[in-house]
Amino acid sequence: MSMDLRSKAAVAGVGLYGLGEAPGETHMEIMARAVKAALDDAGVALAEVDGLFTTNMNNLLAGPSVAEYLGIVPRVTDATNFGGSAFVAYLQSATMAIATGLCEVALICYGSNQRTASGKLHSPVEPQPYEAPYKPRNPITAYALATARHMHDFGTTRRDLAEVAVSMRDWAQLNPDAFLRDPLSVDEVLAARMVADPLSVRDCCLVTDGGGAVVLVSEARARTLRKAPVWVRGFGVAHTHKSIMEMPELTISPAAISGPLAFDMAGVTPKDIDIVELYDAFTINPILFMEDLGFCPKGQGGRFFTEGHSRPGGRLPVNTNGGGLSCTHPGMYGVFTIIEAVQQLRGEAGARQVSDCALALVHGNGGTLASQATGILGLER
Amino acid sequence: MTDFPNGPDAQFRQFLAEGRFMLQLCGACGRHVFAPRVLCKHCGSDRLDWVAASGRATVHAATVVRQKPEKGGDYLYALMDLAEGVRMISTVVGTPPDAVRIGDRLRAEIDDTPRVVFRKEGAA
Repeated sequence: MSMDLRSKAAVAGVGLYGLGEAPGETHMEIMARAVKAALDDAGVALAEVDGLFTTNMNNLLAGPSVAEYLGIVPRVTDATNFGGSAFVAYLQSATMAIATGLCEVALICYGSNQRTASGKLHSPVEPQPYEAPYKPRNPITAYALATARHMHDFGTTRRDLAEVAVSMRDWAQLNPDAFLRDPLSVDEVLAARMVADPLSVRDCCLVTDGGGAVVLVSEARARTLRKAPVWVRGFGVAHTHKSIMEMPELTISPAAISGPLAFDMAGVTPKDIDIVELYDAFTINPILFMEDLGFCPKGQGGRFFTEGHSRPGGRLPVNTNGGGLSCTHPGMYGVFTIIEAVQQLRGEAGARQVSDCALALVHGNGGTLASQATGILGLER
Repeated sequence: MTDFPNGPDAQFRQFLAEGRFMLQLCGACGRHVFAPRVLCKHCGSDRLDWVAASGRATVHAATVVRQKPEKGGDYLYALMDLAEGVRMISTVVGTPPDAVRIGDRLRAEIDDTPRVVFRKEGAA
């Protein structure tokens, strides 16, 4: 019998900094300013942080580098690099550390200056001997293959993909922090420059700067907060491959594993979820994840977006900040799914606030549909 | 069984240099694996033997990478279903990239790189 980890940790504070462009600042400076914002939001001092959960695109030894910069000596550190899903996966390791008493205040944090530093997606160089001879443009070529297969198997169309991009943009227009806020139409997406068929440049996430941080605390510490805690009701983490070549099925992501784990722990079903915050690296991601997480049948993800359910006023809002496609995508997006969910649950989301929002699903994606992490956050334990 | 001086990764490339497309077959569970490795990904056995690939494959998924002509132009990047039940990233030669479809039947060959590439059945 395993330990019950439901609601053993709560989000006490969240912080954002430098979404879009933060010229002249390093990834660490951007991250630290987000950390400061999250600690202030929580009403927790930096000296109270005894658990560190972080990775980034710059530091090979991210744990020691980030702890050194912040001047903390954590009792517990997890700097596992799952890719962009890592920060959602840290809901698991941080809750484990808190539930076992190894730490009381866990800090999840990330920062990147990849837009102003290089202007393009920064990816660590790792030899891919069985892909390299064929000139992959990872990650997009891998996602293009999955998209092509989904279209072949289920009749998903480029118009369905475009509807995903437009849904994100509709939300971004309500978010002052979003990087792209101009109106976007399906026709504009369809007419955009092709990068790797069937994906155009408008099917791809942004390349921005940005930092995000989340402070998690124990149940006891949560009782002393000035704001209502947001409980970590459940989580699940799964990865099935690294190279797209060894993905078991191109149209079924490991979200089909991580999702049920999270729902089981939380004791809820997809029908109970009020908002969904997904890692939308490419327009195919939300389609796959809505299917794999059980919000619609396999093959119906495109229809879900085309019918408008995800948009402002829809029955199940998805990526209420505008997502990686229109709000921010500083290399690793996962932490921003948690931050947006917490802001919505607390009723702090301004013009984009979803009414009657009590239970949120957050979902991180890493690598080429490789690592998936799901979290369920709620106002009620 | 031959004792190879190199690991499976180097051995695969050595076979390619000799003009041979070889795959690993598990002596314990009877399934093929790719990419080359030390332990069978299906059963964990280290009894992986090299066998000649049939060279028969179909296109599982394909993308055309769009690139300006001065940079080499558009090219096909595809995932192939090999008859042995494994998948492999490769490309298709002898057919324009836009004319390759999921399900197309292919035959493997080794180009000058050397690397395994595929040609549509019946294509010149």
